[in-house]
Amino acid sequence: MDTLNVVLMGFISVVLINNLVFTKFLGTCPYLGVSGRIDMAFGMGLAVTFVVTFSGTLTWMIDNWILMKLGLEVTRYVCFIVVIAGAVQLVEMYLRKFFPSLYDSFGIFLPLITTNCVILGLCLFLNVWMVNHLLDAAVRSFGAGIGFTMAICIMAGIRENLSIADVPECLKGAPITLITAGLLSLAFMGFSGMIR
Amino acid sequence: MSSSSEAKPALYSQTLLAGLWRENPALRLLLGMCPTLAVTAAVKPALTMGCCVIFVLVCSNIIVSLMRNLLKPHLRILMFTLTIAAFVTVADLFLKAYQPEMSEILGPYVPLIIVNCIIICRAEACASKNGLVISIIDAVGMGVGFTLTLCVLAAIRELLATGAIFEIQMLTPATEGGWFVKWAAMGMPVGAFLTLGLMLGLVNVVTRKKA
Repeated sequence: MDTLNVVLMGFISVVLINNLVFTKFLGTCPYLGVSGRIDMAFGMGLAVTFVVTFSGTLTWMIDNWILMKLGLEVTRYVCFIVVIAGAVQLVEMYLRKFFPSLYDSFGIFLPLITTNCVILGLCLFLNVWMVNHLLDAAVRSFGAGIGFTMAICIMAGIRENLSIADVPECLKGAPITLITAGLLSLAFMGFSGMIR
Repeated sequence: MSSSSEAKPALYSQTLLAGLWRENPALRLLLGMCPTLAVTAAVKPALTMGCCVIFVLVCSNIIVSLMRNLLKPHLRILMFTLTIAAFVTVADLFLKAYQPEMSEILGPYVPLIIVNCIIICRAEACASKNGLVISIIDAVGMGVGFTLTLCVLAAIRELLATGAIFEIQMLTPATEGGWFVKWAAMGMPVGAFLTLGLMLGLVNVVTRKKA
């Protein structure tokens, strides 16, 4: 029961309260770049969710069971980035074989998931939050992916409407997107204090 | 490959200046947004972050430029990230040893330099195609341009959030008899998004006028 409680709290906290996009600024680049259409944003979110769940869990295991035991924390960043690059490669090969049309529509954005800050950021934050249970780490990784998908889909929905809105000339494009993101993050601040 | 010798200084200064304004990574190319937003609550961490980025950018550009002829196309991104990860580890350990409190504040944002798009972008767009000197100049220009942007953004946010710049009190807050009311939201994520959005808008206005 206690474990379940911790895991559930971890999930809610990482999706809503510590949403990586709105409170930690991670993944802002794809957030600004790709979120023009809702279906693309959703596909992107799912791909990121898979990679982040996989690599978050795996890096937690490597970090806790291998690197810390052997005192090799110095090589942590290099190991993490190799795991992430591997996971992305896996997704890329899978999509190319089974969903070629989706693969084509992603184009350059797919390999760029490697450099998506959400993923490396989460792996590092798992360490900062002192997650000390494998299940907790896995659930939080999954939650981070869900949180990112949610953020990017909300943004895509708003941007579809923004394209027909009357925005001042100089604010068109990235500036208005950032301001919208600011207002969204203000809204998400309402969730803070919900737990703890 | 080799241009005439008298054209070289002009090319160098052009490369250097491009990073400062015309191709400013944060303001014009919208690269490296996460650190831009995350570490700019105050000037000091922003400056530290900027220095780390300059260091990593210069070092990785040097290495990538030197090994550009050995790279296999499909493995190059992996090689770039591994090179960058190595230098980021160096920067991170250096900060932990000599600036422990800054390292504490920046936390995971120092290792996140690895996935900072600026560095990969410069490795891909410049260092993997150009010689050593151009790569170094480009790295310095881009790094300094990025750092300046960070500092300006951080100065605005720190001034509005606490009334101080670089921890030196500029405005007297209302609680101590002045007129200034601390605007706490500026120190939070909201402030970062809003300020950067308005800054980009301003840059757009300026560049439109010039053109």
